[in-house]
Order: sequence, then structure tokens, then C-alpha cells
Amino acid sequence: MLSIKNLHASINGKEILKGINLEIKPGEVHAIMGPNGAGKSTLASVLAGRELFDVTEGEVVFGGKDLLDLSPEDRAKEGIFLGFQYPIEIPGVSTVNFMKTAVNEHRKYKGLEPLKAADFLKLMRDKKALVEIDSKLTNRSVNEGFSGGEKKKNEIFQMAMLEPKLAVLDETDSGLDIDALRIVANGVNKLKTAENSTIVITHYQRLLDYIVPDVVHVLFDGRIVKTAGKELALELEEKGYDWIKEELVK
Amino acid sequence: MSIDTINNDFADLFEQGKALLDDKSSKFMNTKREEAFEQFKKLGVPTLANENYKYTNLVPAFDHPYTVDLQYRTVMGDLNELFYCDVPELDTNLVLLSNGWYYNQNRKLEIPKGVIVCSLQEAAEKHSEIFEKHYGKYAKPNEEGLVALNTALAKDGVFIYVPKNVVVEKPIQVINLLRSDRDLMATQRNLIVIEENAQAKLIFCDHTLTHNKYLSNTVSEINVAKNAVFDLYTLQNQHLNATVLNSVFIRQEANSNVLSNTLSLYGGMIRNNHYTLFDGEYCENHTYGMYLMDRQQHVDNFTFADHAKPNCVSNEHFKGVMDDEATAAFTGKIHVRRDAQKTEAYQSNNNLLLSDTAVINSKPQLIIDADDVKCSHGATVGQMDDDALFYLRARGIHEEEARMMLMFAFAHEIIEKIRVEALKDRIDELVEKRLRGEISKCNTCAIACNR
Repeated sequence: MLSIKNLHASINGKEILKGINLEIKPGEVHAIMGPNGAGKSTLASVLAGRELFDVTEGEVVFGGKDLLDLSPEDRAKEGIFLGFQYPIEIPGVSTVNFMKTAVNEHRKYKGLEPLKAADFLKLMRDKKALVEIDSKLTNRSVNEGFSGGEKKKNEIFQMAMLEPKLAVLDETDSGLDIDALRIVANGVNKLKTAENSTIVITHYQRLLDYIVPDVVHVLFDGRIVKTAGKELALELEEKGYDWIKEELVK
Repeated sequence: MSIDTINNDFADLFEQGKALLDDKSSKFMNTKREEAFEQFKKLGVPTLANENYKYTNLVPAFDHPYTVDLQYRTVMGDLNELFYCDVPELDTNLVLLSNGWYYNQNRKLEIPKGVIVCSLQEAAEKHSEIFEKHYGKYAKPNEEGLVALNTALAKDGVFIYVPKNVVVEKPIQVINLLRSDRDLMATQRNLIVIEENAQAKLIFCDHTLTHNKYLSNTVSEINVAKNAVFDLYTLQNQHLNATVLNSVFIRQEANSNVLSNTLSLYGGMIRNNHYTLFDGEYCENHTYGMYLMDRQQHVDNFTFADHAKPNCVSNEHFKGVMDDEATAAFTGKIHVRRDAQKTEAYQSNNNLLLSDTAVINSKPQLIIDADDVKCSHGATVGQMDDDALFYLRARGIHEEEARMMLMFAFAHEIIEKIRVEALKDRIDELVEKRLRGEISKCNTCAIACNR
């Protein structure tokens, strides 16, 4: 589904990603862990097409297409979804209008007619129930005045609406209390199918109690330095990241 | 042509046209006319040397051989037919004016008993007591050249009177049409009197129906008596060859509540003078404005909140979206006079610049002579928020559409202040069309009709 080869990316001339290699197959959940500043969020942003970063080397193939060639909106329509670490507040843009526009752009891309108003509202209702998000949030402007937890819930709601092939969840657990974490994780799990894949970027292991990964990678200084099964997350939780640094030196 | 030539031409026009100007105008108006003309001779058309007109050069707008109609000209065709409206969601009392003159075939309005809507000329004669109590009292010719010029040349406009305790539910919509086969300067003078405890909503729509070059110099005087509630919505939608000079003078008496919202969607050059005098305690005033300018359009909003009495609240917010080489200016003057304690006066002006060549000059001007007041002002000039743009794009929304959504959201903050639900929806649609570039010039009143 996703194949990243020797990906290098920099911002303002400073190299952040220094040769990432990653293969993700349909239905897999990959966790990317690592200390602050390792390049986790940069990787997520580069996959989503943020123009702030310059890709200097390497290739990313998604569903047979050269992802780096596509605009952010086309990547989204191809099936990439970025769950933002810090979702943006957009006063004046209603969540309903935002989602209607997004859903219909996705449909247009697939050669489908726009959804009728009634069908769209039904879709909203169904997905709201699925991810347990309150109507009072979706009736407001996008993320405006939302708490940290509400913003993250809204990300999962949007993901439910857009049904991506690959969800990249960037620090979705940050700023969440345990109840919000459970709701968000439940939402992600409910949306899981045998065809779609998930990249969970996280600093802490606790999210992985709820969203169980097939593979865990450690990103360190712009490279993936260790890849193993889910037990790696527990080991990291227990020992921190220092032992990996030491291993690298050896 | 120099400014002196322009001013001298007006002097010639006044002197040579005196008989026509006086004809059919009341004696009271003609006395005011003469006084105003004396003032105009001193003041002239404002130039860049005038601090209040620093960013708007009126000379090129005036420097043109316009036709000036000193008498009512019979309108060809039926304007009612042209403006027949069947929009159920926005039900208004429609009043048409042609080139500043009250159309003599206006339809009968559904207004409560005692409410008067007629031509200024008629009001000056038939309702002289009301007329003379207010005319020329709030718009003073000795302070502003455009007011002096307007008062000197004024013959007609709309007159609205809402008596004590009367609530006019249905908004009154005045459509100012510019429709001529020659380049034309129009002078329009309006007088609106809202008596104690009365309520009314007024919508002014400005439109140009032919491609000729226009200059319109309009003055509106509005008195809102004790406990009265008044809404004023001004929708400016002219073509690029039109200059709109629009001066509004509102006087509020105690406990009155006024909301004014000026929406400049299109026009070659627009200058809005918006004066509010707080002449009684516990008044509330909301003055809003929005301008969407592109190409080489120019808009200049000059506002003055004059807090003469204590315990009043004024809240002012103007927002603009500027593209291409458009230029805008905003001046927000607040004067809190010595005795106006416990005044609250807030003001902000936010601008979104879409190009490197658009220009905005924003100038707050606070004069505070009282010591127990709350005042604030703020001005921002910014570009499109890249983070927000990326967020929308990351959901699959095309960049162009995402920009549109953000611009619309920016403008919507002003639109949502409209207190007439159906009008708000209508303006929402209109602004969206405007931002999408789907309206360039409007041949019919876009908020009245779809035709």
C-alpha cells in the first residue's frame, strides 16, 4: 500500500528526515515511536504534502502512484488522512460545510455525484454515533473553542467521514485524559478493516494498549533504527530511549 | 482640472441653477440650501490636504463633465416591473429611487398606520413640522464639504417617519438606482425619524443600471429617539466607473439601540462617512462594515462615534478582503467627551490581503476626555492562514476552494451580525458569489431579486 524508500526531507536547509524506509501492507497497523525531535511529525507532514518541507531525496509510492507528485488535496482523495497533532481552529467555517465540501470533493474524484442533503446528514449522524462525538461540537465552527480532547475526537470523526485507506495519526494521544483516549482509540478501532492501514505516531506506549500495532518502529534522528513487534513498545516504555542510542553507538 | 475649477463650476451651477433648485423645494430647504452654499464656498470638495481625506483623492472623481438633474426626470419604463420581487423568504417594503429622486410610481407599502414613507420634497411640504425639526440638524454643512455640497444641491431623496410606539416589522428596502444615458452626478438627501419606543429596519441598496460614469453624493440624517431600535443595512454594489460618497449621520437619544452594517461589495470608489452622536444616556450602538475589493477599486470608511453623554456602549468592527491592486482606508474616530463617564467604546479593523499590491491604511483615532471609561481599538493586516489552508487541503478540499472558504469565514463574522435572518442568508449567498467572482456588476438588486 505504502512504500517509502530512502526519504530525505529538510526545512529551511536543515535535514530532518535522513533516509526513511518503510513498507506498509493493507490491513496493517504500524506504530512509529521515538524521542522528541526525531522527525515523527515531519514524516507525517511530508506524507500529507505540507509544502513547508522540501523532499530532497527518495520516493514514496502509495497505491501504485508517486505520492510526492500529488497536491495535498489529491493525496487526501487518494486515501491518505492525516490526524493532526494540533488541529487548527477555523472560525467561521462550519463543520457541516467543511465536511460536506470534503466528502463531495472525494466523491467527485471518484466520479460520483455529490451527496444529496438528506443522505449527507444521515452520513453525519451515523459517523457521529460511531465515534461518539457530540452534535454540539459538529454544529460549531471547525474546532473553534474545542478542548484538546474534543479536537482529537473531531479528527477521528473526520476520518470516519472520509474513510481513508491510510490514516496517519500524529500524536493523537497527546493532551487526552484516559476517557478521551479510550473514545478516540475505540473510534480508530471501529474504523479498522482488512483493507485500510494505520500509522500511529506516538511518544508514549499507553495509546498502544488501545490501538494494538502489528509493527513498532523507532525513529531516531531522522532514521528508523529499530523495527519489531508490539512488545518493543513495552520495552521502550520501561527503559526509555537511551538504550537504543547506546545500541546504535555499539 | 484643479480643485478650484471644480469648486467654481459648482458655484456657477448653483448660481445659474438657483431658480430650478428652489423650484418645488420648500422654503425651509431653500434657506438651508443658501446657508450650505455659503459654507461650501469656504470648504469646497475635500482634498488630500484634509486629514480626514488623506487616503482618498476625490479630485479625479469630480473632474468630469457630469450631467446634473435639477428637476425630476420622468423615468422611462416601469421600474416596479423591472424590480418586481417574488422572494418569499425576504419580504420587504420596496421603495425605488432613480438617480437620487423618489420614484413617482412607487407601489403602496404595507406599513402600520402613521408610518410615513415618501419623497423628501413631499415631506418638506406636507410634514413640515417633523421635517423642520430634524432636517440639517445632524449633518452640519459647516464641518464637511460634501455635506455642504449635498445640502446646497439637495432636492429629493427618501423620507421615513415611524411614530411613537410603532413597530415596523417588515424591513423597508430602499433601492437607489443609477440609470442614465449620460454620465451623471446624483445628489440624494434622506431623512429618517424614528420616534420614541418605535422600531424599524432599513436596507439601502445602491445599484447602477447603465454603464455610464456616475458620482453620487448622498447624505442621510437619522434620528433615533428614546428607547427606539433601528437597523440600517447598506449594500453597495456599483460598477467600476461609479463613485459613491455616502455620509450617514445618526443621532441617538437615551436608551436607543442602533445597528448599522455597511457592506461594500463592488464599486470604483467608495467613501463612507459614518457619524454617530450619543446624545442620551444608555445608548447602544453597533457599527459594522465589510469590504471586498479587487482590481483597482478603492474604499474608504470613515467613522466617528461621538460619545457626548454617559453610560453608552459603542462597538465597531470593520473587516476587509483586498486583492489585486485594490486600496482601502479605515479611520475610526472615537470621542469620549468630558461628561461621558462610564462609556464603553470598542473598535477593531481586520484586513486580509490576498496580493502583494493591495494596500490598506488603518487609523484608529481616540480622543478621551473622561476618566472612567473602557475603550479599545485594534487593527490587523494579514495574509491567508497557511495552517488553516493546509488543514482544509489535507481533507481533500481543492486549494482554490479552501481559500474561498477561509475568505468567506473571515467575512462571515460581519454578516452574522445582521439581525434580519432572511437578509443574512441572502447576503451570505451574495458574498459567496462575490468571492467566487460570479458577480461583477449587478443589474438588479441582488438581495431583492434573482432576475
